[in-house]
Amino acid sequence: MSADIPVISCKNAWKIFGPDPEGFLKGMPAGMSFDDIRAAGYIAGVKDVSIDIHKGEMLVIMGLSGSGKSTLVRCFSRLHDITGGSISVEGQDIMSLSEKELIELRRSKMGMVFQSFGLLPHRTVLENVAFPLEMRGQDKHARRERALEVVKLVGLEGREDYFPRELSGGQQQRVGIARSLAIEPDIWFLDEPFSALDPLIRKEMQDEFLRLQQLLNKTIVFITHDFDEALRLADRIAIMKDGAVEQCDTPDQIVLHPATEYVRKFTEDINKARVVHAGVLAQPDATGEGEPQDASATVHDMARMLVNDTRDMIPVQRNGAVIGAMPRKDALDILLGSEA
Amino acid sequence: MSVETATLPKSPRAYSNIQIAVAFVAAAFGLTILQYIGLLPAWLHRLPETIIPNFAGWLDALFNFVKDDLGLLAFTRFLTEGLEWLLDFSANIFFGKRRFPNVGPIPWTAMAAVAAVIGYYLGGWRLALLGGGTMVWTALIGQWKIAMQTMSVLAIAAPLAFAIGLSLGIAAWKYDWVDRAIKPILSILQTLPFFTYLLPAVIFFKVGPTAGAVATTIYAIPPMILMTTLGLKKVSPEVVEAGKMSGCTKAQMLRHVYIPSARTEILVGVNQVIMLCLAMVVLTAFIGMPGLGAKLLAMMGSFKLGRSFEIGVTIVLLAVMLDRMSKAWVIKQPEHFERGTPWWKRHSMLLLGIGLFSGFTLLSLVVPFLAEVGRGQDLSQGKELDNLIKGFLDIELVKATTGFLRAFLNVQVLIPFRNFMLSIPTPAFILLVTAFALALAGKREAVFALIFFSLVALSGWWDRAIITLYSVISAVSLAALIGLPIGILAARSEKWSQRALLVCDTAQTFPSFVYLIPAIMLFGITDIAVIFSILIFAMVPLTRYTIEGLRTVPEEMTEAADMAGSTRMQKLWNVQLPLALPTMAVGFNQAIMFAFFMVIIAAFIGTQDLGQELQRTLAGTDLGKNFVLGICVSLMALTFDLTIMKWAADKKRMLGLA
Ligand SMILES: Nc1ncnc2c1ncn2[C@@H]1O[C@H](COP(=O)(O)OP(=O)(O)O)[C@@H](O)[C@H]1O
Ligand SMILES: [Mg+2]
Repeated sequence: MSADIPVISCKNAWKIFGPDPEGFLKGMPAGMSFDDIRAAGYIAGVKDVSIDIHKGEMLVIMGLSGSGKSTLVRCFSRLHDITGGSISVEGQDIMSLSEKELIELRRSKMGMVFQSFGLLPHRTVLENVAFPLEMRGQDKHARRERALEVVKLVGLEGREDYFPRELSGGQQQRVGIARSLAIEPDIWFLDEPFSALDPLIRKEMQDEFLRLQQLLNKTIVFITHDFDEALRLADRIAIMKDGAVEQCDTPDQIVLHPATEYVRKFTEDINKARVVHAGVLAQPDATGEGEPQDASATVHDMARMLVNDTRDMIPVQRNGAVIGAMPRKDALDILLGSEA
Repeated sequence: MSVETATLPKSPRAYSNIQIAVAFVAAAFGLTILQYIGLLPAWLHRLPETIIPNFAGWLDALFNFVKDDLGLLAFTRFLTEGLEWLLDFSANIFFGKRRFPNVGPIPWTAMAAVAAVIGYYLGGWRLALLGGGTMVWTALIGQWKIAMQTMSVLAIAAPLAFAIGLSLGIAAWKYDWVDRAIKPILSILQTLPFFTYLLPAVIFFKVGPTAGAVATTIYAIPPMILMTTLGLKKVSPEVVEAGKMSGCTKAQMLRHVYIPSARTEILVGVNQVIMLCLAMVVLTAFIGMPGLGAKLLAMMGSFKLGRSFEIGVTIVLLAVMLDRMSKAWVIKQPEHFERGTPWWKRHSMLLLGIGLFSGFTLLSLVVPFLAEVGRGQDLSQGKELDNLIKGFLDIELVKATTGFLRAFLNVQVLIPFRNFMLSIPTPAFILLVTAFALALAGKREAVFALIFFSLVALSGWWDRAIITLYSVISAVSLAALIGLPIGILAARSEKWSQRALLVCDTAQTFPSFVYLIPAIMLFGITDIAVIFSILIFAMVPLTRYTIEGLRTVPEEMTEAADMAGSTRMQKLWNVQLPLALPTMAVGFNQAIMFAFFMVIIAAFIGTQDLGQELQRTLAGTDLGKNFVLGICVSLMALTFDLTIMKWAADKKRMLGLA
C-alpha cells in the first residue's frame, strides 16, 4: 500500500435517516441545517463529511451523544449504507462492493469493538474470539490456535472456557477486543470501547490499548466522548456536532486554533498546557540560544523551565536536529492562560 | 392526584363517542320496552328465518371445492400417511403399539428414572422429585398406558408445532408482508374455539390420533410464532453488528447470531407450545382419541368421581412437571468446566441417565412389575374416593350450601338474567354492544362490534350465541366478585402476593379440562356446574392481573398518597386502583377469553349454547355448520378482545404508564 493513498477516504458523505432518504437528499436545497432537516422529518446522522485517514494513523472521533459518531464509523464499515457522497477503503469504493465482496472485506481487513461488547452469550470466551475465524471457514485446529494467541495477548489466559456472563465488564471488553483482532485486521474501529467501564478499569484498559497499539501499529478509528481519553490516544481528533465534522486536526491545533465557536466552547475547560507540545510552538525560521527543548515535551512538562528561564526564544529539537525556536511568552501564555 | 384530573380529551367533533353511545343505549332501551309491551314487530325482535343466509351451505360448497376439486384432500391424506408413521413410531416407544420399530413399551421405571435425571439436570432435587414422582404416581395409580397414549401424541405434536412456529416466526420477522398476513390470522386462531379445529382435522386427517395431533399442533403454533418474532426483534443491535463485522453471511447470521441470542424467548415459546399441546391433546378425547382425556370424559360421564379425580391429579402432575421443567430450561445458563475436567464428568448427567435407563430396562426383564404395573396391582382408590366424595357431599352443611347455590343462584339470579338477555331484541342487543365498544374504545372498535355481532345475528344461531354470552358474562362477573377481593387482599403484602401469584401460575398450567372435575363433583351435571367451572377457570387471570396491577403502581404515587395522609381505603380507591385498572383490564380480557373457551368445552355437560351444537357437529361431517358456529364464538370473543385491549392501551398511555 503506497503511503499516499489514504486507508479510508470519505468524500462529502451523507447519512440521512427517514422514510425516503435518497429522495430527500436529491431534492434538498443546499445549505440546509441539521434543524431544518429535522423539521422536514429526517435526521442527518452524518452530514457532508469529508475526511481522509492514513495508514497507521489513530483518528479519534469526539462529540456529544447523538452527534453522529457511531453513524459515521458504521458508514466506514458499511454497516450503514451512505445516502450520498463516497467512501473508499484502500482505494476501493465500498458502496460498489457486492454482498460477497463486502463480507470478504470485513473478514480480512476490518475489526470492530463495541460499547456494550456485543458478545454472543451462548459462546465461551474462546468461541467468541474464534467466531470471525469460524465464519470465514478456518479449520477448527487453526482457529483455536489463533484464538488462544489473541486471548493471551489481551491477558485473559486461563479464562478461555468462561461464558461472557461469568466475566467482569473489563474482561468482557477484552474479549471484544480479542475478537476484533483475531483476523489481524488492517483497520480497527472502536466505538466508545471503554465508556461502559468504571473509571479505574477504564484507565487500565486505555494503557492496555496503547500497549496493543504500539505492538500492532494499525490504522485506528476510535470513538469517545471523553476528552482526556482522546488526548491520551489521538494522532488527530475529529470533533462532530449534529452529524458534521466541525474540525479535524491534531490535539495541539484544536486547542490552539479552534476552527469554530463550538470547538472553542468544547475545548474551553481543557488544560491546554498538557496538550500543546513544544514542536507546535516552534517557529521554523526563528533561532534561539542555549539548551534546546524536545519537540515532544508539553508546555506542562516545561513549566518550571519556562518560569525560571529568561530567554525570549527557546530552541526546539526533534530527533537531535533543531527545528526552530519557540517564543517563551507564547508558552507562558498557554501555561498561565492568556489575557486575550 | 393527577389521576383524578385525567379525563378523556375533549374531541372537537359535534358529538363525543360517549354521547353517541348514550344515544345507542337509549335506542336499545326503547326497542326493549316496545318488546315488553308487545308493540315490537316480530321481525325486529329476531331476524326472520327467511333472510338468514345459508352460510353453512356456502362454506360446505367452498370446502368441497377445496377438498375435492383442488385436491386438498388427496394432499392431506398424503400428509396423514407420514404423520401416521410418526405417531405409530412414538406409540410403539411409549406404550408398545405393535408397529415399527417394535421395541416398546419402555418400562415405566426406566421412564421415571430418565424423568428424574432430566429434572435434576434442569433444576436440582426438587424437579428430580417432581419428574420421577409424577411418573411413579402415574404408573402406580394404574394410568400408565393412557398417560403414555397422551404423551405419545404430545411427543409428536409439540416438536411439529415448534418447528412450524419457529419457521413462520422467522419468516414473519424477515418479511414484512408475511408478518402483515399472519397477524390477523393469528388473532382469529387464538379466539376460535377448539372444537372448530377438530372437525376439519377429522375430515382432512382421518379420525383418531392423526386428527388429534393435527388439531393440537395447529392450536399450539401461534404463541411459538409470536415468541420467535419477539425474540428475534429483541436481539441487541450491537450483537448483530458484531456478527456482521465478523463476516457472517445471511445464513450464518441467522444460525449463529440471531437464533442463539433469542434463546430465552424461543424457549418460552417452547414452554407455551408444550402446555398448549397438553391442554389440547386431552381435549381431543372429543374426537375419540384415546388417552387421559378420553378416560376422564368417560369417567365424568358415568359420574365416577373417584376415578375422575385420580385422572385429574395425573393430568395436573404431568402439566406441572412439563411446565416446571421447560421453564427451568429457559433460565438454565451454560456453566463452564474447569480445565482438565475429564469427559465423563462433563457428561455425567447424560451418562447417569443412560445408565439408569439401561439398568431399569434390564431389571424389568426379570421383574415384570418394574416393566408394567399389572391389573389389580395398582393402588387406585377409585371406589373409596367415590364414597368419600359422595359422603362429603352428603354432609348436611355441604348439601345445604350447594343446594342453596343451586336454588338461589340459579333460580333467582342466573335464569332470570338469561331470560332477560334472551328477551332483548336482536337490533337492541347489537346497539348495546356497539355502544359498549364506542364508549370504551372508539369508532373503529365500534364498527367492528357492529359488524361482528350483525354477522352473529345473520348466522341464524342468535339465541344460542346469547346463551353462550350469558354464561360468559355471569361466570366472569361472579369470578370478579371473588377474584378481585382476593387479589386486592393479597397485594397488600409482598409475601402474600408471591404466594397468590404462584398459585395462579400453577393453576394456569392446568389443562382446562380438569376444571370440570370439581364443578361436576360439587354440582353434578347442571347449568351451575358449567358456570362454576368457567368461574374458577376465569378467576385465575383476574386475581393474577389484579395483584400485578396493584403491585406495579409506582412507589412515588403511593408514597405521595401516604404523605397526603390518606387512609388505606382512600389510597386504594383514589390511587392504587385507578392506576392498576389498565392492567386489571388485561386480566378481565383474559378472563373473558378463557370463559369463551371453557363454555364451549363445558358443553358436554349439557348446555344449550353454541358449544352443544358445535359438539354435535363433531359426530358428523357438517363442516359448514361447524365453522359458522366456531366463527360466531370467535367474533364475539374478538369484539371484547379488541375493545378492552384498546381501552387498556389508551388508559395506560393517558396515565403515562406505557
Ligand atoms: N437507525 C437509525 N434510525 C434513525 N435515526 C438514527 C439511527 N441511528 C442513529 N440515528 C440518529 O442519528 C443521530 C446520531 O446517532 P449516533 O451516531 O448514534 O450518535 P453518537 O454515536 O454520536 O452518540 C442521532 O440523532 C440518532 O438518533
Ligand atoms: Mg454512539
